[in-house]
Amino acid sequence: MEIKLTLNGRPVTGSVPPGLPLLDFLREKGCLSVKQGCETSNCGLCTVLLDGVPVLSCSLLAARADGHSVTTLEGLREEARQFVSFLADQGADQCGFCNPGMVMNTIALLRENPDPSDDDIRAWLAGNLCRCSGYESQLRGIRAYLDSRKR
Amino acid sequence: MNIKRYIPAQSLQQAYELNQKPGSRVLGGALWLRLSGAPISTAIDLSALGLNAIEETEEQFSIGAMSTLRQLETHPGLNAYTQGAAAKALSPIVGVQFRNLATTGGSVFGRFGFSDTLTLFLALDTQVELYHAGMVPLERFVQMKPDRDILSRLIVQKRPGAFVCLSTRNSRTDFPALTCALSRIDNEYRAVYGARPARAMVLRDTEGILKEGVTPDSARAFAQYAAEHVPTGSNTRSSAAYRAHLIKVLTQRGLLELGGNRHGD
Ligand SMILES: Cc1cc2nc3c(=O)[nH]c(=O)nc-3n(C[C@H](O)[C@H](O)[C@H](O)COP(=O)(O)OP(=O)(O)OC[C@H]3O[C@@H](n4cnc5c(N)ncnc54)[C@H](O)[C@@H]3O)c2cc1C
Ligand code: FES
Ligand code: FES
Repeated sequence: MEIKLTLNGRPVTGSVPPGLPLLDFLREKGCLSVKQGCETSNCGLCTVLLDGVPVLSCSLLAARADGHSVTTLEGLREEARQFVSFLADQGADQCGFCNPGMVMNTIALLRENPDPSDDDIRAWLAGNLCRCSGYESQLRGIRAYLDSRKR
Repeated sequence: MNIKRYIPAQSLQQAYELNQKPGSRVLGGALWLRLSGAPISTAIDLSALGLNAIEETEEQFSIGAMSTLRQLETHPGLNAYTQGAAAKALSPIVGVQFRNLATTGGSVFGRFGFSDTLTLFLALDTQVELYHAGMVPLERFVQMKPDRDILSRLIVQKRPGAFVCLSTRNSRTDFPALTCALSRIDNEYRAVYGARPARAMVLRDTEGILKEGVTPDSARAFAQYAAEHVPTGSNTRSSAAYRAHLIKVLTQRGLLELGGNRHGD
């Protein structure tokens, strides 16, 4: 079936099988930041924004994105640049595999709640699994970024 | 997903007719359907039928089948009515990105044993609106065999009440080892237990243990009664004995949080 959507601000079209996950469509369109980390909708690595709302692109059919706006990390480099160095400073990227999903979901959090508490951050990022870091370094990185904005 | 044909339904009638064919499936958020991996000959999408809103009036909430768990969790009116129990019940489910896709309809129609969503709604005065069978109390719907009807809405009556939802998980975002919701609606106490691991069930105070209201003693006695009367089983998440123990602990804790006496104050 034919679909038409806005990807990172640009119109794109495609012919997709009905069962194709959005994730596969986005990678075919060159958005390689979007990765598959699990088979069970559990890890958050594949997070993209659908009309500004964070969703799992592995679990959403491309057909259902027809007519909507999809944003991947490729479209949010400037917004991400503001805080990713704070994550790196805290050693939050070890293998780095979880990073794109973590960054996408942090952007979604900060758009909705620009001044989250540590518990807000923990709750929002609960669906982003990291097998290396133990999560404290991500929390410290985001906290350091938020504190830097207040100075 | 292995889908042959994808049809955005134009009406509930069309969706219902398409759904009568073996191999057809209504798509909620499709998260469970994806996990189950079964091939689907016709996937029926209800997205265009205006079922994605939560409408609130003085008397009730009308919750469209395609509204997401995240909409429920963040709805100011529903959380004001349930004293935050809706958010507390649903926020442990996987993650925000997941709850932005998982639907109320899929969660209730699936009648999953582990369901935090069913546990929450069984503690409220909830009816299920089915396209073919009409309005059915949720407590009865939970017992019904899965069929090919279409769930269009949940209707929750805003009867004055108090609500508490609790769950225990072995690790955050895992399926629950036990879910527990307690409510007092118009002076009637309800205790709901899910992830037993069988489907959620309602236990009422038929013995009158709470007839003088919740005190530390009556809460302890009702918790003991619940642990003895609610059937539990074992699976990878918990043994039957541990679940019975959780029933006792969560019931006592939840009742004390619920508080109040039989006059509702
Ligand atoms: C990895 C994972 C972890 C989970 N963890 C939890 C948890 O901890 N707690 C919890 O409570 N839940 C959990 N769930 C369940 C989840 O919250 C949803 O309840 C579940 O995914 C079903 O919702 P859905 O919108 O994805 O439905 P779908 O997968 O789309 O549908 C489920 C079933 O209902 C049918 N259906 C859908 N909508 C309708 C309708 N309107 N009318 C008739 N039939 C319909 C479908 O055909 C299908 O048979 C988990 C699910 C997954 C995949
Ligand atoms: S790839 Fe793991 S949740 Fe999408
Ligand atoms: S840094 Fe390796 S998975 Fe997170």
